[in-house]
Amino acid sequence: MATLPVYTGPFGPDEAERLLWRAGFGPRSGEAEALARKGLQGAVDSLVHPPAVDRLVGKEPVVDGAPLAPKDAFGHDHLWWLDKMVRTSRPLIERMTLVWHDWFATSNITVGNQKLMLQQNDLFRHIGLGSFEGLTMRVTINPAMLLYLNGLNSIKGSPNENYAREMMELFTLGHGSGYTERDVREQARALTGWTADWKNDIGWVKFHFKAENHDDAMKVIFGKPGPFNWKGSVKLCIGHPAHAGYFVNRLWSYFIPVPPDAKSATLLEQLYVRSGNQIRPIVTAILKHPLLYEGPRMVKSPVLYTAGMLRQRGDRIETDDWVYLDAMAGQQLFYPPNVAGWDETRWLDTSTFRARWLIARRALQKHASNPDHTKPADRPPADPVKLVDRALGWWGSLQVSPNTRKAMLDYAQKTMAAAVADEDRQKSFPVMTYNALRHLAAVSPEMQTA
Amino acid sequence: MKSCHCNEFSRVTMMRRGAAEAGRGLPSIEPGMPLPAGTGLDRRTFLSKTLGAALTVYGAAALGPNVLDNAIARAASTSHGNKVVVTVFAPGGWDALSLLYPTGDPQYRRLRPEIALKPEDGPRFESDSRLHWHPALEPLSKLHAQGKLTVFPAIGYSHPDQSHFTSRHYWEVGALDPQLSTGWLGRLLDEIGDPDNAMQGLSLDSSLLPSLATARVPVATLEDPTDYGFDSQNVWDVPGALLPDAMGSLGGLTVATDPFLTQASKTAYESNQLRRQLGRFIGQDGQAHYHTRVKYPDGDFAHKLAGLAALLHAGFPIRAAALQAPGEFDTHSEETGPLQQGLQEVAQGLQAFQADLEQRHLGDRVVTLLWSEFGRRAEQNDTNGTDHGAGGVAFMIGNRVRHKMVGEFPGLSRGKGLDVDGNLKENVDFRSVYRSIAEEWFGVDGDRILPDAKHMPRLPLLA
Repeated sequence: MATLPVYTGPFGPDEAERLLWRAGFGPRSGEAEALARKGLQGAVDSLVHPPAVDRLVGKEPVVDGAPLAPKDAFGHDHLWWLDKMVRTSRPLIERMTLVWHDWFATSNITVGNQKLMLQQNDLFRHIGLGSFEGLTMRVTINPAMLLYLNGLNSIKGSPNENYAREMMELFTLGHGSGYTERDVREQARALTGWTADWKNDIGWVKFHFKAENHDDAMKVIFGKPGPFNWKGSVKLCIGHPAHAGYFVNRLWSYFIPVPPDAKSATLLEQLYVRSGNQIRPIVTAILKHPLLYEGPRMVKSPVLYTAGMLRQRGDRIETDDWVYLDAMAGQQLFYPPNVAGWDETRWLDTSTFRARWLIARRALQKHASNPDHTKPADRPPADPVKLVDRALGWWGSLQVSPNTRKAMLDYAQKTMAAAVADEDRQKSFPVMTYNALRHLAAVSPEMQTA
Repeated sequence: MKSCHCNEFSRVTMMRRGAAEAGRGLPSIEPGMPLPAGTGLDRRTFLSKTLGAALTVYGAAALGPNVLDNAIARAASTSHGNKVVVTVFAPGGWDALSLLYPTGDPQYRRLRPEIALKPEDGPRFESDSRLHWHPALEPLSKLHAQGKLTVFPAIGYSHPDQSHFTSRHYWEVGALDPQLSTGWLGRLLDEIGDPDNAMQGLSLDSSLLPSLATARVPVATLEDPTDYGFDSQNVWDVPGALLPDAMGSLGGLTVATDPFLTQASKTAYESNQLRRQLGRFIGQDGQAHYHTRVKYPDGDFAHKLAGLAALLHAGFPIRAAALQAPGEFDTHSEETGPLQQGLQEVAQGLQAFQADLEQRHLGDRVVTLLWSEFGRRAEQNDTNGTDHGAGGVAFMIGNRVRHKMVGEFPGLSRGKGLDVDGNLKENVDFRSVYRSIAEEWFGVDGDRILPDAKHMPRLPLLA
């Protein structure tokens, strides 16, 4: 039997670093070297089989002198999760949580309840590497999702089609993949019956199935007759012949920016079906695939970009600026733009690039010395080459192309040239140049991608 | 209703506050930049002063500033009198039963018992006695009465797709082709645009709106035309002034095997190019200096439109601009209040924009298209909302529109006005409208932009 291709090239710190960007939020200082020592198998194993309980490394977040209030304060949900990404010892678990947040995209714009959003988030965190059928079942009746796609109070006689359509189009099968408008309507009937109690000042509580709201009559879905309910509805989607292909290709796209070759895709589909729709073996196979290491780089999402810088530097969350900055860059957690999630092909344009500039600016804020208050001993060297090397080294020995290096070096040479024969400038320009060079490195194409 | 406006409001407010704080109290990064727009300089003087200053500051830039600035100058100096199209996308799907409610149709109240409006609620629609304007659209009804607004009461395409994403995609790319990756305006710009003028296609959004995606020429995305600087903490004087161009020179990297690395690099270049263009518009204090005699309503949408009108007036070489309407029109439940609010914000903003264009003598140069991806199901659902439908509504606004109505409201009888699924049938294809804009507004053969142009009836829409 044919087997899935596995990467067999050298697995050093560079490869380990790429793996940490794809399966997590980039390396902490020294993390890539440590992971590389495990070899590919050991490295991937440690990611897909992490400890049962997370260990958060570093200081607790603090905003305006107080701990976060993720269930209540606006934006603290974003900060709370961003902090986990920065400090987690189970990066793949957090990364998969982000994958499912995008896959089963639910926005608090509609839900309007951070507590329910965090409940859904924990669901992804706890069963995000288990059975995809189980995950879809739980999502289908998850309170935030019931609110988001109008499953709540969709009743017999007048079913709401919203969830039925998106479950097939976006969650399990893909648009135009072997279902009809009639299937949408029949699925909507099968999904009826979920309700909750409304409490003033609290909102919806006690989400539950109410038999008399459910349409238990016969339906015909994908040509199969039966008195299907919500469980049957999900099972039909997972068992649909188009599902495995959709699942494998979509999951792949979160890790590798070019499609799998036909043979790999077929083998992944077979593995998925044979495993009983398990997620972990597919993720494991993707993380070992040669294309992850040998293929092109991926654009970091805004949250990955932000979390990655803080993780690299071991910096704590101590401002709520990350909420609006990541939103400007196009990714506020718990607020995906629509049910299709974020469009990762649109992360970089002149608007989001400026937001990334501001993100890098904020990350550097407390590290950028004021030249007027810098002691002579703390001043960086005035030599342009040394300044550039130091700036790249500050970001964990960032590897850059000759073009990026030249852009940085040209800049440093110009500012230093402007300081010649000016005593004040000779003191202040190296400090400012070093600040600026770290900023340039942070927005370089090499740091925007991984 | 897939929207909670109180939340939206707080989020947007917070983002604005934060953005304002991020820029506060920082040293000016561009000493010597010229007077901003709207201060009485004519376009040519303005431009030459700008370029003089830019060349002084940026004379040593790595990417060859002369080439860049010449391109901007070329584009700007030929932009006078050029036509401009603005498209506004209302996300979610809206229909004539809500926007031009057919109180004269006997089926209307039966189909929408809980959410139907009464004849006295909204202004009469003068092109069809069965219809009334949604009360929140009163500003549009006024433009209609003045002959400045064309209504398409049943617009769409045959074999309608009821997925938001697919249907929107069709409208954005101007073809019923799921694989097409360039937008219809993008292809138009590929025909008429300049290889170095990113501002020719301006997406006033946090990310590129897909209709502007080009294959050849650059386009720009700008969340707020009045706020686009690149400074750094504790960097000023010469190091501060040289920094943005250094950022731009990160943009010279091309790696054939690494398209995303190349894209990241290219974006740095384009961002700096856009910054240089906007340098004429944003003063040393980081604030935009434009004035308008028109009172715009509050909110992001109106703020963007006001900025766009000022940019056009200042001679920025914009050919196509795209933005999203405020509000969320995917009204699956309890739609009455949120629909009213969304429509009102859209209509008031566009009314002010049109008035502003006219007072700036741009009324004959700009046409605005307001569209949504599809209509709603004619029959309401049980949660006082409506599900996805087929035929929707679009509007075209401008001094040069020829008609008050194109197509007609098809009525609500099944088999006639409604299709087998109970959705309103379309009678104008959106691609006919695009063809008209390409040909009548830009003088470009529709065949060069739209794969199916030859099958689309020619509608003379613009004079």
